[in-house]
Amino acid sequence: MSTPTRTPSGAPSHLSGAGGRVGDDAARPDGVLKVRGEFAYGSDLWMDDMLWGVTLRSPHPYARIRSIDIGGALAVPGVHAVLTSDDVPGEKVYGLELADQPVLALDVVRYQGEPVALVAADHPDTARRAAARIVVDYDVWEPVTDARVALGHPTWNQLHDAPAEVTELSRESANLHPHGNLVRHLKVRRGDPEPTADVVVVGEYEVGMQDQAFLGPESGLAVPGEDGGVDLYVATQWLHVDQRQICAALGLPPEKVRLTLAGVGGAFGGREDLSMHVHACLLALHTGRPVKMSYNREESFFGHVHRHPATMRYEHGATRDGDLVYVRATIYFDGGAYASSTPAVVGNGGTMGIGPYVVPHVHVDCYGAYTNNPPCGAMRGFGSVQTAFAYESQMDALAAELGMDPVDLRCRNAMEQGSEAITGQVVDSPAPVVELLRRLEAMPLPPEVPTGDDVDLRDMPGGVSNTTHGEGVRRGVGYAVAYKNVAFSEGFDDYSTARVRLEVVGGEAVATVHTAAAEVGQGLVTVEQQIARTELGVDRVTVHPKDTAVGSAGSTSASRQTYVTGGAVKAACEAVRARVLERAQAVVGRPVADLRLDGGKVVSDLEGVALPLADVLGDEVVEETLEWRHRPTEAVDPETGQGFAHVQYAFSAHRAVVDVDTELGLVKVVEMACTQDVGRAINPQAVIGQIQGGTAQGLGLAVMEEILVRDGRVQNPSFTDYLIPTVLDMPPMRVEILEYADPHAPYGLRGVGEAPNISSGPAVLAAIRQATGLPLTRVPVRPEHLTGT
Amino acid sequence: MRLSCTVNGMPQQVDDVWEGESLLYVLRERMGLPGSKNACEQGECGSCTVYLDGVPVCACLVAAGQAQGREVGTVEGLAPAGELHPVQQAFLEAGAVQCGFCTPGLLVATDDLVTRSRAEGRKPADAEIREALAGNLCRCTGYEKILDAVRLAADRMAGDPR
Repeated sequence: MSTPTRTPSGAPSHLSGAGGRVGDDAARPDGVLKVRGEFAYGSDLWMDDMLWGVTLRSPHPYARIRSIDIGGALAVPGVHAVLTSDDVPGEKVYGLELADQPVLALDVVRYQGEPVALVAADHPDTARRAAARIVVDYDVWEPVTDARVALGHPTWNQLHDAPAEVTELSRESANLHPHGNLVRHLKVRRGDPEPTADVVVVGEYEVGMQDQAFLGPESGLAVPGEDGGVDLYVATQWLHVDQRQICAALGLPPEKVRLTLAGVGGAFGGREDLSMHVHACLLALHTGRPVKMSYNREESFFGHVHRHPATMRYEHGATRDGDLVYVRATIYFDGGAYASSTPAVVGNGGTMGIGPYVVPHVHVDCYGAYTNNPPCGAMRGFGSVQTAFAYESQMDALAAELGMDPVDLRCRNAMEQGSEAITGQVVDSPAPVVELLRRLEAMPLPPEVPTGDDVDLRDMPGGVSNTTHGEGVRRGVGYAVAYKNVAFSEGFDDYSTARVRLEVVGGEAVATVHTAAAEVGQGLVTVEQQIARTELGVDRVTVHPKDTAVGSAGSTSASRQTYVTGGAVKAACEAVRARVLERAQAVVGRPVADLRLDGGKVVSDLEGVALPLADVLGDEVVEETLEWRHRPTEAVDPETGQGFAHVQYAFSAHRAVVDVDTELGLVKVVEMACTQDVGRAINPQAVIGQIQGGTAQGLGLAVMEEILVRDGRVQNPSFTDYLIPTVLDMPPMRVEILEYADPHAPYGLRGVGEAPNISSGPAVLAAIRQATGLPLTRVPVRPEHLTGT
Repeated sequence: MRLSCTVNGMPQQVDDVWEGESLLYVLRERMGLPGSKNACEQGECGSCTVYLDGVPVCACLVAAGQAQGREVGTVEGLAPAGELHPVQQAFLEAGAVQCGFCTPGLLVATDDLVTRSRAEGRKPADAEIREALAGNLCRCTGYEKILDAVRLAADRMAGDPR
């Protein structure tokens, strides 16, 4: 097997770094490579004889394919292969939870951008020009573009105006899949089914489709093996779930489909599904040449799933004193054309759909539907981002109705340790919701809106566009709190595998950590080193390339890797340490219980003995591989949604301060403040980085980020038209970290990455609402929502 | 076509360049310099920022032929082999690098800003840093630690007589 030549010091190579134990701001082992431009991302891989693969995609959101003529493409000089679904040797459909998505289009395309054919050529532009010469004859159908219509449910307007009239989908093509358009319906039933309350507020909310917008495009390199198998170097989030799906599509056993993680330029959920993985392997096996695929930005918008758009109706009932009595919620997630992770998104949306509050009577219906919109699946916050906009808006509306302070109302109803969630699950670790909010309140506010001669345009909504010098500008402050499950839920066998080796290299004890856990930028490679240094008392820790030569680590998602793979590395280190101490006790003459590893030595505090670890190890290589699981969860009851669904919760709260130019509808976020309980900050600098980055993505959804889809067609697949926050859009941030240990978790830690992404946006929305006095029930908020034009 | 230019101080010559190729493509795929990144290839993200005759540009928007006879500087040329430029060091220390895909472009843009400011005998103000980096998208950090890194680099370079 040959490996890509452009990886001399890049991603798929061993990383080692300087010191730093659990709790330190340890430096990233890949940091120096990244600042030198030497870190090999998926799109940087290169081999002398490689070909370039491109994908022909459907221009239609819904159509039957009558025929495909590849003759014109094959005739282009430099083209080595043109493949369609006929060339997929194994299973022709795949999927994370449900195999419903064609590797290449079969008879029907169900979304704009669905892959139809592949071309491999000696130059990417040759491949693109050839792909344009493939002739596909489509019978175009009318797309189904509304989740409620897809399910045959009434729209909100129909509910209000004409309850009996429901849009009928009578045509033959109305069901996208043989099993219908319903992906999942989750019910939560708790307490009295018909409760009454002194005060009731009802709201209908809508969240637009957000994109992960990672900067590193989908990319990788497939290299055909001499054994008839294939080696795939790819930027991804979960090597083993990719491997399982690739094996099925190629009809090959796992030992013939070997994956190695290429450098990943951000992920945020968008790499949990396959993109170019199978395609590159098919082309490589077909041509016998290495094949590289790398999407451009436009293709990237069609090449991965997005965050589910949601429409939600909430009814909150409370006593005059402000105690929540009941919540009724109906939530629709538009899953688009294929299931992806929609079932789990629905699970999160439903089981945590009313926020971190204690409510005796709850009635939630959460639906995931198929439509002909772009497929939606995992994105940071996973089903909790959408509902947080609704339930936090409801809390503000209720506070206004009651004449209460919004923070006081939240604190009065806040979940705490020992509370029952709406699933009946007892929260059995710290849940400092009240403290998170009160600490935010206590933080100083930024200076008032500048006026007169003090105005620096750069501080104004609209900035140097010179749209206002302060006239029409109103200040608003908003709060939000959220919670999110950490790791996989509902009975999923959620484990990670770690292999840890300790040996003497050059006279010094060196540990090697080998896991398949994807490093996507978050800093797991740093955490793996910190844990090994802490548990084995050595300085030098090498992180082995991430590949499928070791067992699954599970997905880099659900804020789970530091918890689960961190737990696996810790456990493997403990197993190695036990063997080393066993060996040492004969040498030192003290029982294992009196010995520990520290500073590269075996130490007995009682005897005051410190023996170099290298002397104890000698030529021995001590290696342990084990699987580690968090405590089990269970499926929820299908009729009531009750059950021990989640292993851990993460809590965060935000305060947003905004200035709104009410005449032009322009928003300037002045400051974001965040408090979060992280249990234990394994790497405080990286934890703060996660909070700041998550805050930015939440702000983006609140005020600018949306994939606009009209009749199933994406209107803005570019960074010109899909806007993510720039450094000018992001305000200064205040971050306070709390560390209340979760006794069930390694080191007491809590997953960090997603919670701040959830509470950030609703705080911004609340602040804009306070500044303008407008109800604002849809995000992202656009200027026309603020000006009424 | 044949393209001759200077890259990071070294003369470079490549043959068989197709006229439609960008400077970014030639750097990455023909010269073995993949440090400049290909995040959007439409001039919106700044991850391919390089110096062209000392001026920062998006290499994806420069046709390869436009670089004929000119001087190109990339992230790979910021520091001598085995060393780190103060801007690179500051990004590492401040925690400004997560996935790192935006980093090469930000390093060039930061180097340009800090170098210009130092030539004027001052350090850039926050508002100035934000304006200078407004063309560089980062999806991981929320920019706070990038700002920290630029301030740190500016502080150190202000005291550096180079």
